Amino acid sequence: MTHAAAHYTSTGLDNKKLAFWAFIGSECLLFGSLISTYLVYKGRSVVGPTTQEILNIPVTSVSTFDLLMSSLAMVLALAAVAKGDKLWARFWLGATAFLGLVFLGFQFYEFTSFVHEGLTLKTNLFGSTFFVLTGTHGAHVAVGVLWLLTLLVRSFQRKLGPEKALNVEIAGLYWHFVDVVWIVIFTVVYLIQ
Amino acid sequence: MGTNTHAAGRSGLWSWITTTDHKRIGILYGVTAFVFFLIGGLEALFIRLQLAKPENALVSAETFNQLFTMHGTTMVFLAIMPMSAAFFNYIIPLQIGARDVAFPRLNAFSYWVFLLGGLFLNASFLFGAAPDGGWFGYLNLTSRQYSPGINIDFWVLGLQVLGIASLAAGFNFIVTIVNMRAPGMRMMRLPVFTWMTLVTQIIVVTAFPVITVGLVFLMFDRFFGTTFYSVAAGGDLLLWQHLFWLFGHPEVYILILPAMGIVSEVLPTFSRKPLFGYAVVVYSGALIGFMGWGVWAHHMFASGLGPIADSVFGATTMMIAIPTGVKIFNWLATMWGGQIRFTAAMLFAMGFIAMFVIGGLSGVMHSSPPADLQQTDTYFVVAHIHYVLFGGAIQGLFAGIYYWFPKMTGRLLNEKLGKVHFWVMLVGMNLAFFPMHFIGLLGMPRRIYTYRAELGVADMNLVSTIGAHIIAVSLLFFIYNVWRSWRKGEVAGNDPWGGATLEWTIPSPPPEYNFTVIPEVLSRLPRWSVTQMKAIPDVPPEPIHMPGGSYWPVVAAVGIIGMASGAVAHTLWIVLASGALLVFSIFRWAFEPFEV
Repeated sequence: MTHAAAHYTSTGLDNKKLAFWAFIGSECLLFGSLISTYLVYKGRSVVGPTTQEILNIPVTSVSTFDLLMSSLAMVLALAAVAKGDKLWARFWLGATAFLGLVFLGFQFYEFTSFVHEGLTLKTNLFGSTFFVLTGTHGAHVAVGVLWLLTLLVRSFQRKLGPEKALNVEIAGLYWHFVDVVWIVIFTVVYLIQ
Repeated sequence: MGTNTHAAGRSGLWSWITTTDHKRIGILYGVTAFVFFLIGGLEALFIRLQLAKPENALVSAETFNQLFTMHGTTMVFLAIMPMSAAFFNYIIPLQIGARDVAFPRLNAFSYWVFLLGGLFLNASFLFGAAPDGGWFGYLNLTSRQYSPGINIDFWVLGLQVLGIASLAAGFNFIVTIVNMRAPGMRMMRLPVFTWMTLVTQIIVVTAFPVITVGLVFLMFDRFFGTTFYSVAAGGDLLLWQHLFWLFGHPEVYILILPAMGIVSEVLPTFSRKPLFGYAVVVYSGALIGFMGWGVWAHHMFASGLGPIADSVFGATTMMIAIPTGVKIFNWLATMWGGQIRFTAAMLFAMGFIAMFVIGGLSGVMHSSPPADLQQTDTYFVVAHIHYVLFGGAIQGLFAGIYYWFPKMTGRLLNEKLGKVHFWVMLVGMNLAFFPMHFIGLLGMPRRIYTYRAELGVADMNLVSTIGAHIIAVSLLFFIYNVWRSWRKGEVAGNDPWGGATLEWTIPSPPPEYNFTVIPEVLSRLPRWSVTQMKAIPDVPPEPIHMPGGSYWPVVAAVGIIGMASGAVAHTLWIVLASGALLVFSIFRWAFEPFEV
């Protein structure tokens, strides 16, 4: 099978990319179920603390802005890889991963301060739904950071040329999706109380 | 890349463990699923023996709970779904003119996760702690408070593991069908089995995340003390029912659509007529897949959702019978005026239609909430699901086995034994399941380990038990047939049935690369059309490179099952070590040289 024939697809879309879109569709149902549960249980906790008493909107606004900026860095990373610009590719991949880590740092700070204020997984329905929803999202960010750092290492190994731009694009799809999910969570959990 | 694919060293146990060949993985799926089918069947026989007479004491109430829970869980997740997967794997690439699936290693991964997940669930028997909360696992019965043992831990973790296998296969087959079609194989030229597989996989990747969330909540409640299903903390037990049935009803279509696809291949072949209304059958299948999302609460009429919800879900449930009925008439019209050959495969396909109609009709009876309130949790519902899933799905899958066995092995199954198998099984299933309608309407509840003689259902229960054993006998005919035909059966040749689709253009069993040249498809029924497709040469005109296999999918699967085992054992280091193994194997998998 020739190289060109091996990459022929019926739709013209790359197999990995199509699979990833299907995966994102599936993930929508995962987060959809988590968010729905949060909404169904909203205001039904029988003991405190709950939303108004504990959520820190200014701090989370900063971390939300941080995650939004990481999506911008991701876009620039893909553009740099596609152009074959190694230096900027490494800079923006590193920046995206770093901003992701900062977001996780904010989340760590938020979780620990909630625990100090008496809100744990077990405290009430708000604690259970909040930690599992945002924790699942945080786990997705962590996987994304690991993925981005792997790409960064590949770049330093000189194995991330323009011909591999598709791999970065798929990582970007994941990253943007995780970002969009956070926008929904931020709106539903923090802004609309 | 010019290695010939018939190189030596592609046999032996190691080659099967590391295989990425969709045909071998298909055979692995089929054999494994059949073994689990026998295990689930054995559990059913014990259930029936216990119920053969009133106030029987063959098994205890606790054992009975484990038996019916594992019977349902096994048949749904370890028998019917993977038996369908066996056909997806073996047949789909052949029907669309591809050399393999889109992601061969992911395909192997799906199989190994399924196998280990199935073994994990059944390993619970070794601890005397098989799941005992029903296949639906209703809260708060399955909470730590009311089920303190590890039974439900096995169930909640095993189902998450099996979900991973199904999701991975779902993405793989969606991409394979959408993206790997031979030139000219437009979507509306796809064989109906391939179409129904696509619909099935779309349901899989959308429905499984929902039950995963439900299971994660249950796991957190049991392991970490969250309050998702805690009434005392203000939680709602119906949350579980909604999440479960939001998955559970689409799951019903995951089980039946592949069988409908198989029947849509078998009936035209043995009627020597194209499928009547191809497009309508395809659209009906897609519509069933879509509408399957809007009927879940009919499983919950008894929970008191209120008149509006009950009316809406009653109506949607009646409506979903329309595309299903359309298909039935299309199949009948396909046979009308055809030159019917009553082969074993054809008999099973016709048996499918007849039995599925009975199950479908009792299903429409449930759609009326007042009627359902009388029937719910009685043996009437048990009768319904067995007509749909045994008379329907299992018979459809047997039609597929008789139809495609020659393609897979190069040898025909014995027709005479096949017909005996069919008739004995048909008699057995009707004796086993038809009386259950009356047993249920007379008031015998499901999932109760015994009943009193005064209920007046003893004779019918005995008939049902006898019927279940007749089914078991029919399977002996089948097993003997497979055992004999695999070695000594009549040689099949490329096309023993005169089939219309691409899989019949190539040798049986197909070479590793399937097609010496990728065919160009000019019509929906390439082998029946006036414009004949170009013949496929016997030897490849140029060398074909096929990927050589990988063991990282197996290692990754071991990592996943290690995490589940560590969780059951409440041992954190096993979970962490297995998690590390999983991550490590994913990296090795991603970076190993593997040209597809």
